[in-house]
Amino acid sequence: MAEPLLQVDGVTLQYKTTEHLVTATWRVSFAVERGDRFVLLGPSGCGKSTLLKGVAGFMQPVEGRIALNGREVKAPGPDRMMVFQEFDQLLPWKTVHQNVMFPMLCAGKWSRAQAAERARDFIAKVNLSKFIDVYPHMLSGGMKQRVAIARAMAMEPDILLMDEPYAALDALTRRKMQEELLELWDDVRFTVLFVTHSIEEAIVVGSRILVLSPHPGRVKAELNCHQFDHTAQGGAEFQALQRRIHDMLFAEAVEPVEADAHG
Amino acid sequence: MGKVDKIQPQVRPEYEVTDVAAAQFGEVQRPLSAFERIWNVTGVRRFVVVASLAIAWELYARYLDNALMFPPFSEVVEAFYLAFAKGPLFGRMLTTLQVLLIGYGCGLALAAVFTTLAVSTRFGNDLLSTLTAMFNPLPAIALLPLALLWFGLGIPSLVFVIVHSVLWAVALNTHTGFKSVSDTLRMAGQNYGLTGVRYVMAILIPAAFPSILAGLKIGWAFAWRTLIAAELVFGVSARSGGLGWYIFENRNLLETANVFAGLLTVIVIGLFVEGVIFRAIEARTVRRWGMQR
Ligand SMILES: Nc1ncnc2c1ncn2[C@@H]1O[C@H](COP(=O)(O)OP(=O)(O)OP(=O)(O)O)[C@@H](O)[C@H]1O
Ligand SMILES: [Mg+2]
Repeated sequence: MAEPLLQVDGVTLQYKTTEHLVTATWRVSFAVERGDRFVLLGPSGCGKSTLLKGVAGFMQPVEGRIALNGREVKAPGPDRMMVFQEFDQLLPWKTVHQNVMFPMLCAGKWSRAQAAERARDFIAKVNLSKFIDVYPHMLSGGMKQRVAIARAMAMEPDILLMDEPYAALDALTRRKMQEELLELWDDVRFTVLFVTHSIEEAIVVGSRILVLSPHPGRVKAELNCHQFDHTAQGGAEFQALQRRIHDMLFAEAVEPVEADAHG
Repeated sequence: MGKVDKIQPQVRPEYEVTDVAAAQFGEVQRPLSAFERIWNVTGVRRFVVVASLAIAWELYARYLDNALMFPPFSEVVEAFYLAFAKGPLFGRMLTTLQVLLIGYGCGLALAAVFTTLAVSTRFGNDLLSTLTAMFNPLPAIALLPLALLWFGLGIPSLVFVIVHSVLWAVALNTHTGFKSVSDTLRMAGQNYGLTGVRYVMAILIPAAFPSILAGLKIGWAFAWRTLIAAELVFGVSARSGGLGWYIFENRNLLETANVFAGLLTVIVIGLFVEGVIFRAIEARTVRRWGMQR
């Protein structure tokens, strides 16, 4: 078989502060294939964002190797576009249209006219055509995230990195955005590496889930979930998978009770 | 043990509203009255402030009736007009503005060099922090004797003290602005593949623009004050003096109305730069971007 799009091999990532050395992830390995909706799932603080920063090239692993298309990742670049968790990722001095256009112009792959046209298309895809000439401070949080998604997708990156893009949204908007993302995926067939700490979101959005254990993040399991979408949510299989992941993540904390039940 | 009453939610009947008559909303939208609209224009409100001050001045000066100490507003306006049209005031103003612009420009250029050093290397950072801590509290005018010693009586001395007053304020603000650019914006910029100068120009400078603009404003005010004060102290340069000298000269001649005319020029230029130029820049940038209210 050909080599995977993204290969993460025994990667350990650490933060050095003035007082501590924090190991965020420890010897994590996984592979993402083209067209995957690959989800990193784990409790808060288990190093999901850190792992994504490693893949994006903002941090260098102290051990192991990250390779995209067989080439080692050394620095940030437009072949891995990131959608951040924070709402302040849009450039406030550019309109929605300019925000989506700007990285395309930086990359130099498209002419100005082409970039403008593509930006318009992708803004339409995330249903924001009405707000195309508005500055980001006049958008709601969910709208900002949609602009960020349009901006990242318009770049046609090899892989789209999304760090809990919907975590700060209300349940209704989140669900709409998840559906939107799945429709877009159906349409464009991009590859996405998606970070979340919601089991339900992982199952709905993902095609494959990497479950990480709490601090420092280590791989616990890799599961399939391509068969589930929103319509499957109430189903028995869906709930069984949800239960299985839940037990995996909370095994340590719940152990005494579990032991009792089994014993 | 006494019985503690806990607050319970009160059960009340439920209801649903089926229809709200649109006519009952009252005022949903109405145009503002002419007065409200005029009063909303900042320029109008400010003009009212200035006009009231002028009237108060006029009345008090007439009551005092001592043109030598405190000439009325009308007399000052007249002197202002005469000095501009026939007298030397316009030339003096040009001299002052010329020196000011040279000094301000040099100060900004040096500030740009220092902040570039400070953001690109750790040593540059330490250098700028230490220098600003040392020199920012030092009033520029205190350097004037030294400047006179080094550069003699003339424009270079003035430029030197202006540069000193502009440089640290602007560099400090710009540097602080750069440092407080959020990690998310930085990473977004790097994600686009921007590095070096392109990264600074496209991401850091606009992101830090509110602080940079504040620095420019403070620098301008410092430069303006320092220059007028310096001219007052050492007066005329080789050819013709500036506004400060004009004020000083007329005080010696006891032409009090002209002294006020000189001061008025200083104020008018200050108001113009602050209220027109900087406001226009603000409206087009930080305000439109929602980075400042
Ligand atoms: N800048 C930093 N400096 C030092 N330690 C950090 C830094 N950022 C994160 N960490 C540490 O690294 C660990 C992993 O953090 P990370 O942000 O990757 O978690 P996460 O899985 O994304 O959590 P969440 O779901 O809450 O976003 C945490 O223990 C955190 O304390
Ligand atoms: Mg995170």
